Parts: sequence; structure tokens; C-alpha cells
Amino acid sequence: MDGVDEQMMERPEFSIEDADDGDGIALAGVLSIKVVSRLDAALGALPVQDTRLDLSGVTHVDTAGAWSILGLERRLESAGQTLDITGASKTAAQLIETVRNALPDPQEAEDGKQSVADRLEAFGQGVVASAGYGLALVNYLGLFVARLGRAIRHPGTFRMTALVHHCQEVGLKAVPIVSLMAFLIGVVLAFQGSAQLRQFGAEVFVVDLIAISILRELGILLTSIIVAGRTASAFTAAIGSMKMREEIDAMRTLGLDPATVLFVPRILALVLMLPILGLIANVMGLLGGAIMSWVELGISPAMFRTRLVEGTDISHVMVGMVKAPVFALIIGIIGCHAGMQVESNAESLGRQTSNAVVAAIFAVIVADAGFSIFFAQMGI
Amino acid sequence: MDDASDIVIRVKGLRNAFGTHVVHDDLDLEVRRGEIIGVVGGSGTGKSVLLRTISGLQRPSAGSVDVLGVDVLNADEDTRSALEARWGVMFQDGALFSSLTVRENVEVPMRAVIGLDPDVRRHLADLKISLTGLPYLAGDKYPSELSGGMRKRAGLARALALDPEIVFLDEPTAGLDPIGATAFDNLIKGLSEAMGLTVFLVTHDLDTLHAVCDRIAVLAEKKVLVTGTMQEMMKVDHPWVHDYFHGPRARAALDATEQDQG
Repeated sequence: MDGVDEQMMERPEFSIEDADDGDGIALAGVLSIKVVSRLDAALGALPVQDTRLDLSGVTHVDTAGAWSILGLERRLESAGQTLDITGASKTAAQLIETVRNALPDPQEAEDGKQSVADRLEAFGQGVVASAGYGLALVNYLGLFVARLGRAIRHPGTFRMTALVHHCQEVGLKAVPIVSLMAFLIGVVLAFQGSAQLRQFGAEVFVVDLIAISILRELGILLTSIIVAGRTASAFTAAIGSMKMREEIDAMRTLGLDPATVLFVPRILALVLMLPILGLIANVMGLLGGAIMSWVELGISPAMFRTRLVEGTDISHVMVGMVKAPVFALIIGIIGCHAGMQVESNAESLGRQTSNAVVAAIFAVIVADAGFSIFFAQMGI
Repeated sequence: MDDASDIVIRVKGLRNAFGTHVVHDDLDLEVRRGEIIGVVGGSGTGKSVLLRTISGLQRPSAGSVDVLGVDVLNADEDTRSALEARWGVMFQDGALFSSLTVRENVEVPMRAVIGLDPDVRRHLADLKISLTGLPYLAGDKYPSELSGGMRKRAGLARALALDPEIVFLDEPTAGLDPIGATAFDNLIKGLSEAMGLTVFLVTHDLDTLHAVCDRIAVLAEKKVLVTGTMQEMMKVDHPWVHDYFHGPRARAALDATEQDQG
């Protein structure tokens, strides 16, 4: 029949030909996974008829070879014919028998197609889920305020050491990155502003541009975004890994309230530290702007200072700073909530951590837009 | 049986140390073709380290490891990769790739086979999944959707993907309920007979030792203290070995095995 034996030395080979006695098919050689594609093709080309398969020349057969032989057997039997396997060694026969018993019964997976109703339902469920997420965050806010209130009434339950530790983590350690970011934003603003204002001969207004944009918006917003990136993820990772290792459950059984022990110090630290970080960002942003104005436009630091004090109302600073505690609450609550959603596997920890960062940054920007509209309506 | 060519794993003078902490010192072990050897030892005696050393994941500070006639520590890349196709390792929790379905996991080692038709590969993966006792539809699932016992079975299916000659099993029954553990024991025993496997398993499970293992190697005092059958273990009078095989749990396991046989 098909002479598939190609004279290749390293690769195991098999041969398939008519048996010596002219009755049936003789397989010989190594029937392994390395040749199974060709073996399967050769066996698949055999005519559908009662067949005797002689395996006495087979030196080695693995599950792939056995699978291929059984494939032939199935094909013949489904056409009402039989396959008679002879000459198999004891181990080969045992293997073929094991594979025969294990042959999988292909089942169709459930129909994956979606009707319009399914899509509508999925959309509706998505809306309900996001509303539920909003409610859950409000719930966490309430929990935080309630536990903070209890801590004020019973100062003994308050964890001062934890608060100081988290202040250091979220505040002090963020100072370098926040300072550098704000300084560079000031530089960029001065550089871009001067290029535009010079066309009108209004270079000196670059001071107003820098001061208002940094103090009112950029200083606190960009600080919040950086803090959301580094702190919301840290909260989720820390609380999430505790949740994963059942530490949270252990706390509950020991009579410790996770909200008091974990959430209050973290969120409170953020509420205390974010305004300070925002103030540092403001100062660094102005510094960067002043240096760039001096270099680029020749506005001396003294002139910058005079223009800043005279031209920029203190209300801009207040508008900026009043947002800081709100942003801090948003970031802290989202981070803690995501941490509590972690399940018992590592994938969910990673997923929740990245979700927390995205949700926190998004929520901060939405809140900032809300503030902008509010202040514009109030005429501040 | 003691013929030299029938020794598939030969470890000689092995020394493993982490900093000043010596785990193995002058450890010798031989594993024969076709047997199921169970490695036992107290916590921290380096059972898993031994498995990792033999399978080439950990480099010892001294000694030699021969697997299927290949010097694992000094083999070149090609020899190594040819050898790796001849053994399979099942890690404790399956160590399945979490971004792939079970079927794709089993297909991973098969992808290295040149000229293997993707359709055939898929069918073979389904066969391996079914051989380890998983239902057909488990092949479409991701590892995170499976129970611990099913993940172990899927891990075994991946280890068996290329019909290896040796499989290394790290704590195959740890964390399984007694019914699941017994079923897994039977699975190992049945597959090793049908496929002519040599099985190197690290375990704490006395039932597994009784039911499955042809020989037992006890790790203690930084080396393989004794090797032998279960009956021989019962006669060893080293205090740790004696406590291990004469404790109440060991008795219960032994009684259960005798009941099965009697």
C-alpha cells in the first residue's frame, strides 16, 4: 500500500503495507506522536472493509499511535465493518485497551451565539452592576465615616501607629515624585504659554496663566492622579492579599473590625496627606514656571512674585485645595473597596488592582469636572 | 531487575545547600525502569528540592544526576531538550498556564513535535484529558474554573502529553479529599502500568505509599536513609522511620490496604 518509509535516520519511522500472507495490513516500526499525522493519514486512506491489522512488526507504540489505530477501528465500525488487531505485544495491547476505554466522547459546548435579547440583557446587567458599584462605594464611605466617628468617641480604639505609618507611606514617600511632576508641569506651561503670548506682546500674562492653571486645577488634579496610581493600587494590593490569605476572616473571628483596623487609618492618612501633597505641588509648579519664565522671557523672580501676588486672587488657591480631601476620599474608598473584592486566587488580585487604579483616576477626573461646573455656576 | 541498564535515574553524591543551610549531603538514589518510587521525609528534608534537582530546575553544589543515561548537569542544550521530551513534571497545584484553556495547556508540549497536524494535536490533547479522568468539556475551561483535584488531573495530562518515560509528581494527593485522593492513586497506578511509566513521586500520603508505590525512599539526615518496599520499611529501626511507618496513621493506611487485598 502506501510506502511511507522515508530513509530518515534520526526520526522514528513506521511502515504500512499489505501483510505477507496477502490478507490484511501490516504495520511495523515505531508508532509514536512524531509520526502520528502521517500514520493517521495513511490509515485514513484505507478502504472501508473488514480489515485485519497485524502489529507484530511494531517495536513501540504510544498513546498517539494507539489513538490512530482506534480511529481506524471507529471509522470501520461506524460503517458496519470490523477491525481485527493481531500480533500486538502485551504492552501494546494493554495500552490500546486503556486508550479505547478513555476515548473521549466529543460533546458540543453550549451554544455561544447571542440573540438580541441576550445582548440587551447583558447591557441591562452592566448598567445595574455599575449602579451597584456606585452604591457599594457610598456604602464604604458611610462605613468609613461611621467608624471614624466611633474612633473619635472612643479614642482608645483608634490606631495611631497605623495612621502615622500610612501617612509616611502615602504622603512622605510620594513627595519626590509629586514635586518633580509639578515642577515639570510648571516648566511646560511657561514654555508653551510664552510661545503663544509672545505673539500678542503679552508675555507678562504668562504669570497669570501659570498661577491660575496650577493653583486652581493642575496642581491638585495631577497630584491626585499620581496618588491614585501609587496609593489606590497599594491599598488594593495590601488589603486584597490579606483577603486572599483569609486574614480578613481571621480578623473578624478575633473580634477585630476590618473597617476600623484597615480602612480608617489608610483613608484618613490619605485625607490628611493629599492636601499637603497638593500644596507642595503648587509651590513646585510655581517654582518651575518662575524659572522657565526667567530663562525664556526674562521675567525676573521678583517681577514674577509681584505679578503673582497682585494678579492672582487667593480664591484660586482655595478652589484648588478644597478639592483635595474629596479626591483623597474617592481614591481611598475605591482602593479599599477593590481590595475587599479580591477572591482567593492571584488573578483576581491583579485584576482588582488595575481596576482600582483605573476607577480611581476616572472618578477623580469626573469629580474635578463636577467641581469646575459648580464653581463656574457659583461665580467663584 | 538490578541490571545497570534498567536504572533510569541515578543520583550520586548529591549536595544541595542554601547559604549555610545544607539540605542534602552525599545523597545517592537509584530509580529502576517501570517502578513507582515514593519519596518521603519530614518537612524541610528537601523532598521537593530533590525532585527539582533531578528534573534540572535546581543546580546542586556537588554530585551527579543521570537520567535515562544523560548527565543532566553537563548536557548541552540539544541533549537537554531531547531529554525534557522524555519526562514530564506535575507540580503541586498543577502549575497550569492560567491564560490558556486546559486543552491548550496540554497542547503546549505537543507544539514542539515537528509535523504534528493541529487537528490531530487537538484530538490527542482531548485524549490525554480524558485519560486522566476529566470530562470532555473540561478541555474548554480555564484553570481558574477548575477545582483543585481537576487542576491536578489537568497538570498530569500536560505532564503525559508526549508519552514520557518518567513522570515526576510533587505531592499528587495533597489537598484532595480521601475519595479524590484514592481515585488519583488508582489513576497513577493504572497509567503507569498501561504506559510503562517510571513514576517518581514525592508525598506525605501514607495511603498513596501503600496503594501505589513499589519502593519507598526515606529522606533523613540529609541523605536517602533507606530504600525498599513497604514491608522492608516496617522493619527499619531508625527512630524517625519507625515513627513514620508505625504511627496511628500508618497503621490505618496499612489496614486499609490489607482489607483491599484480602
